[in-house]
Amino acid sequence: MSKTKKITWNVGLIAALLIILFILEQVLPSGSMLFTVLKKGAIYALVAVSMNLLNGFTGLFSLGQAGFMLLGAYTYAILTIPSASRASVYQYYNGGIINFALPVPIALIAGGLVAAIFAFLIGLPVLRLKSDYLAIATLGFAEIIRAVFQWDKLGPVTNGSNLLRSFPTFHSVLYPFIVSGICIALIVLLINSTYGRAFKAIRDDEIAAEAMGINLAHHKRLAFVISSFFAGVSGGLLAMYQTTIQASMFKSAMTYEILLIVVIGGIGSVTGSCISSFLFIACSEWWLRFLDNENLYIGSFHVPLLRPGFRKVVFAIVIMAMVLFYRQGIMGTREFSVEGCYNFFQKRFGKKSVKKAGDTHEQ
Amino acid sequence: MDWISRNLPYLMAGISVGGQYALIAIGYTMVYGILRLINFAHGDIFMVAGLLLVYSATVMPMYIAIPLMIVVTVIIGFTVERVAYKPLRSAPRMSIMISAIGVSYLLQNLALYVTGGLSQQYPAIPWISDTITIFGTTTKRVTVITPILTIILVVILVLLIKYTKIGMAMRAASRDFETSQLMGIKINSVVSMTFVIGTFLAAVGSLLFFTNYTGVTPTVGAMPGLKAFVAAVFGGIGSIPGAVIGAFIIGICENIMKGLGLTTFSDAFTFALLIIILIAKPTGLFGEKATDKV
Repeated sequence: MSKTKKITWNVGLIAALLIILFILEQVLPSGSMLFTVLKKGAIYALVAVSMNLLNGFTGLFSLGQAGFMLLGAYTYAILTIPSASRASVYQYYNGGIINFALPVPIALIAGGLVAAIFAFLIGLPVLRLKSDYLAIATLGFAEIIRAVFQWDKLGPVTNGSNLLRSFPTFHSVLYPFIVSGICIALIVLLINSTYGRAFKAIRDDEIAAEAMGINLAHHKRLAFVISSFFAGVSGGLLAMYQTTIQASMFKSAMTYEILLIVVIGGIGSVTGSCISSFLFIACSEWWLRFLDNENLYIGSFHVPLLRPGFRKVVFAIVIMAMVLFYRQGIMGTREFSVEGCYNFFQKRFGKKSVKKAGDTHEQ
Repeated sequence: MDWISRNLPYLMAGISVGGQYALIAIGYTMVYGILRLINFAHGDIFMVAGLLLVYSATVMPMYIAIPLMIVVTVIIGFTVERVAYKPLRSAPRMSIMISAIGVSYLLQNLALYVTGGLSQQYPAIPWISDTITIFGTTTKRVTVITPILTIILVVILVLLIKYTKIGMAMRAASRDFETSQLMGIKINSVVSMTFVIGTFLAAVGSLLFFTNYTGVTPTVGAMPGLKAFVAAVFGGIGSIPGAVIGAFIIGICENIMKGLGLTTFSDAFTFALLIIILIAKPTGLFGEKATDKV
């Protein structure tokens, strides 16, 4: 497959996906669960890929993702609440101290930048730690951030532990898809660059990578800062999706969820993370919903045990089974690509014709 | 005298909470020492122990309910290890940690399902929940009992590890997992024993912890679990005295913060302390120095 052909295929596929989404949106009622799953899935796909960049490609085991999402979400919300509604949002703090509102794209990028700056600062000391120590230090950092944002002395900026609301949100499902898509494309470009190869070298063997002339501290910091930037952007998107945010949302449980998505998708596979984030959200929010319904009958048989909360138990068991018996995740370290599919079908169906040709030759 | 009577409650609460963290932290530190696994499910087992007592106390007298709760918790800990961790023994370390997160998720959701998300009233345990007065401060008897009981249990544990055969096997396994297997140590029984001891101490810890609090909710185990783990890392993970000292330091600091009126930051302070310690001494207070061999 030639390079131009590959690019045409990829562009075509993405365009087709966007058109399908657009048509679906016109056809289906806007309250459909499908859109919830698609919107949240796209946002989680971005944060999962950003976590995969750290855990899967650089080999840094970081659990600070929820903290960086919080930074992004708060920055976005604080910068975009229209001046007119500030008085009602910051009702306990005399309307807050910020009296301007930025356009949405700039605020999203600002959210990413704030997360990146914090990542840079915390990365200076913390990135010297190894594996589990790094994990627990970043987890601790996320908890510190959460406590600081709930502090009432910072109320004029962060609204203390109260909700932030009335910032601009999106309605179309295309919005998170396009933003996440651009961000993920940037991450993929990074992974395929010289920097990406250096990250992989660090993951495989730090000492060997250092001996090859890779500056460990510099590359680790770079991966950490970039990953946090995209976590911040996805935090901003999450704020838009949720329409209200509160610091207490971003608990360590959120990081664990994202980590599960990354592992189920396959550590070190970008497309795996995307696929698994949609599956994960669909399972937890949509497909298993019927288990929460107490009056479920199959024929005349009343299914026992069902009551609100049972869905989550089943979901947890499914996850455990995935982790125990399907250790590589959905994609392992492979990537889904047009070329891969093409080769797969070529092997399946193309070979037969070659063989047939051979057979006829023998006769 | 006035200063003492004003600050004594916080100090005593700190020592008491520190003792409870210590009991949980030992479970983390022993498991990490042998399997190099952060057992994220440990805090949730602690929560399950609390719920078990809530439910068993409604149908049976306390002197049966408490031993039963401890036995069932130990069985749960043992089963979790056998089902979720043992099959992954040769897998990369990441998988086993994910499995631990999965168990934690499952236990929390099970608890959510059983309780319906409502906070469950923890039963008052006779004698240890009684109020007493020390130096002019009123407190529950459990506040005084906790540090004493913790120290007794830790001394027994240290003796067990120093002088018994299984203790020796544990020390060998934590020094070098593979070589100890070659030397004929039955590694599976050693690991199981570690989990049994860890969950037993967590069950005792939950008994003391929840007596001071009114309710048990499905996510109540997460924070104490995390803090106990921080205590274990703080003291140098893998070291039992380190975990105990770390737990007491963290319990006391946390309550001093509360006494100063900075309750919002009491959790954050714990983690800040951890980050500072890790930067100054990357393997904790009493941790062994790790060397990289090429």
